Amino acid sequence: MSDKEPLFSAKNRKLLTNPLGSDNPITVQVLGICSALAVTAKLEPAIVLSISVMAVLALANVIVSLLRNTIPSRIRIIVQLVVVAALVILVDQILKAFAYDVSKQLSVFVGLIITNCIIMGRLEAFALGNRPWPAFLDGIGNAAGYGLILVVVAFFRELLGSGTLYGFHVIPQAVYDMGYENNGLMILPPMALVVVGIIIWVQRSKDKSLIESN
Amino acid sequence: MNTNSNTYTFLYASVMVLIVAAVLSFTALQLKPRQNKNREIEKKQDILKAVGVTSTPADAEKLYDQYIVKAFTVSAEGNVKSEDKEEAFKVDLKKEGSKDLNERNLPVFVFNKEGVGEKMILPVRGKGMWGPIWGYISMEKDGNTIFGATFAHKGETPGLGAEIATPAFQDQFVGKQIFDKSGKFTSIILVKGTAKGNPHQFDAVSGGTVTSKGFEAMLLDNLGSYEKFLKSSK
Repeated sequence: MSDKEPLFSAKNRKLLTNPLGSDNPITVQVLGICSALAVTAKLEPAIVLSISVMAVLALANVIVSLLRNTIPSRIRIIVQLVVVAALVILVDQILKAFAYDVSKQLSVFVGLIITNCIIMGRLEAFALGNRPWPAFLDGIGNAAGYGLILVVVAFFRELLGSGTLYGFHVIPQAVYDMGYENNGLMILPPMALVVVGIIIWVQRSKDKSLIESN
Repeated sequence: MNTNSNTYTFLYASVMVLIVAAVLSFTALQLKPRQNKNREIEKKQDILKAVGVTSTPADAEKLYDQYIVKAFTVSAEGNVKSEDKEEAFKVDLKKEGSKDLNERNLPVFVFNKEGVGEKMILPVRGKGMWGPIWGYISMEKDGNTIFGATFAHKGETPGLGAEIATPAFQDQFVGKQIFDKSGKFTSIILVKGTAKGNPHQFDAVSGGTVTSKGFEAMLLDNLGSYEKFLKSSK
């Protein structure tokens, strides 16, 4: 490194914080919507998946960034896919051997990480053109931004749909006795889209610069 | 070096595939024994859970040896086929399920603990929406009343079909009966929200219709194959 840039320079810090707000992968880049619908019926899977995505995205970003000058551009998507798929299988195998309970919780979602558009999107848009360290920060930042939205959506869906949070009942029985009912629609995938839509609406009415001109 | 030439591209792809294949198969081979052990322990924990004994991965084997006093396999005719405890534990329900009813080895685990009494534990296995679902049902000595049950699944949708693995779903089976008053096998059938009080019905999972239907079929098929054995043990 010729330019002695501090590890957490202002530019690098931005890589971490931008995806949480003005460059959020779900609400602004519109990536990873599919998994946001699938896993947000409950808080717990949403949190576990966010952490797994963070591990895979940060590692994949670093590996692709290290290889970036050797990858033939015509097969770069295939190379990225192989890196991501191999990492996901490794994570899955290691979890099964050493953290069996966690792997049971994740079940199909570990496999779903491969198809998460955020990962391919960040590899293609960032890791291919940047050094490993910024790529690592970009991976952590984007996964955190993704996780943040997942948790917010899951919070509302679990609270209104099942009356629980992280599996614990939070709405007292007295409220049910007065005629309140859990909204079954919240558990179904369409409501995840509506909640994500509401979040996008709130975010854009606060930050006008995100609104497209046309 | 020209990273866009055909030769380079081919070489790059071949080497990459070889490396990844080597790494993955090495990991899979190295971790296999540990993973199998985890599965065995999980199975023992599940069997114990069906009679309400909670165990940790650390003490599951000890508790299993202590409380599961014997295990054997029976035929659909109700005759004992093998008395070997180890053999009954190793029966692969997936394979048995694809055999003719008359050729199946049906495992029975016998639990005994002071203060609780003797219970029979029967394994069940069927199809959910995305993959297999399975579980263990413990029966009172009368071979009719359910004492406890536990269910698990490979990959049902969390919040929907995956609810079959929650205590709220499983507890409703306690006290249900699989034979009606005249002694006819009825299994336990699925209804929406009105199962409370009826000993032959269970409540479906809302939003998990396919899983619930598969679940109903699993009970009918698996418990049905034990029909003669259960009748003879009354």
